[in-house]
Amino acid sequence: MVQMTDVTKIYDSSGTVALDGVDLTINEGEFVFLVGPSGSGKTTMMKLITGEVRATGGEIIVNDFDMMKIKQRKLSKVRRTLGVIFQDYRLIENMTVYDNVAFAMRVVGASGKNIARRVPYVLELVGLDGREHRFPNELSGGEQQRVAIARALVNNPRMIVADEPTGNLDPVRSLELMLLFEKINEMGTTILVVTHEKELVNAFSKRVITIEEGHVISDGMDGYYSYEHQ
Amino acid sequence: MSISRGSYLIREGFRSIRTHGFMSFASVTIITACLIIMGSIVLLSLNIDALIKDLEQENEVVAFVDESIASDEDAAALRGEIMAVDNIMSADFVSRTEAMNSFMSKYDDRLMEGLDESVFRHRFVIHLVDISDMAETRTALESLPGIVKVNAHIEYADRFVHVRNIVSVVSLILTVILTFVSFFIMSNTIKLTTYGRREEIAIMKMVGATNAFIRTPFVIEGLILGILGGVFGFLAVWGIYSVLNSSIMDSLTGSFVTLIPFRRIMLPLLISYVGVGILIGVFGGMNAIRNYLKV
Repeated sequence: MVQMTDVTKIYDSSGTVALDGVDLTINEGEFVFLVGPSGSGKTTMMKLITGEVRATGGEIIVNDFDMMKIKQRKLSKVRRTLGVIFQDYRLIENMTVYDNVAFAMRVVGASGKNIARRVPYVLELVGLDGREHRFPNELSGGEQQRVAIARALVNNPRMIVADEPTGNLDPVRSLELMLLFEKINEMGTTILVVTHEKELVNAFSKRVITIEEGHVISDGMDGYYSYEHQ
Repeated sequence: MSISRGSYLIREGFRSIRTHGFMSFASVTIITACLIIMGSIVLLSLNIDALIKDLEQENEVVAFVDESIASDEDAAALRGEIMAVDNIMSADFVSRTEAMNSFMSKYDDRLMEGLDESVFRHRFVIHLVDISDMAETRTALESLPGIVKVNAHIEYADRFVHVRNIVSVVSLILTVILTFVSFFIMSNTIKLTTYGRREEIAIMKMVGATNAFIRTPFVIEGLILGILGGVFGFLAVWGIYSVLNSSIMDSLTGSFVTLIPFRRIMLPLLISYVGVGILIGVFGGMNAIRNYLKV
């Protein structure tokens, strides 16, 4: 669950206003696309949710944590309730598929027994069974992104935040990935996908939030409300 | 922290040393080199200190006994009172007869013809615990009944104390500087290994690793490298010291300069080397990773 009230973000270094008075609620179990052109504030929004940057003003609640008040060293608690996915996958090259996923469980202190039970289940869920012992560079882009999804899912997060997850994939793989997100969403996990791929967004009938120049300009079920239409 | 988690973090520390073999080697070499230089300075100053102490012992104070105390026994009995004075290490009684004999043996007999021993006084040859307090001790000795005069080379004593103070201060300053130098080099070396792993650290942060969890393998890595550096530095200094010692013994210098035997300083040296190695390693590791944890 994400709740933003009058959120502003101004970057100190450049003085750039990335977000300006944003109000937004994403409820538990929702599937939401966050769209907008480059530099619109999408990535800032995502970084505010994961705690990578702090807002200049306003209120942000993420999975019951007050992101304006939380101490830097307590951010790990928020992140354990989130699964984060990036455009460039961010896998550890010298670890196998299995270890890349197991690593996320080790980090949060899961027992060896739990890891051995949970990792194969998640790999099967994302369709990577049989690839456990491969290294990331032996996999296709789509498969690598599935490893990243498995890693995001393995700790059973309340919400998945994906930043341009299909940016490096062809249309067919992108669609497959979205279907996988839909399947995960049906199991109860909130999904927030940041993207600028219009066709992909319009292929699903989901809530779409459009952001431009730091403002939310549309929020609804009627597909990609393009800034081109303005 | 559970046992399995603890052992995982320790294994990670060792794994990092193995996978960053060259960097680990560089860190250990740097710590070793700094410790060798540091150790050489400390050993040099210890030896200079010991040498000065020996020389100080040559700087004796002579207290002359009043002529009215004629017999050897009565004069020698003053020793108890002298020893009761602060800062006295030893006091050896020399009778007037012994004093005359010693004097005469140094000069031509004819010069001393007809010389009577009564010309000499009974005396005590005194060594002090700390020559920097020589002036106070002389005053105390002079105030004793039965002592008429005290000869003390206070200006020499002051000079010795001065040299010794300079040596201690200089070696302390150099040691502190070198500790900082090794700390920063160590820290930068570990920083280079972390630079290659910043992605890994960023991923760890993203999946909810605590700072302690991320830091521990680096601290363990620093700890191991620090201990290795300390042990190698100790062995190297031992070797250098032994070679130096035997070459001094073999040469002419050995007749008037002797080094402190290594086994007397071995244990404190090993302990401080490993201790300094651990400090440099652990704090170097913590310092190196600090910037990556602020995400």
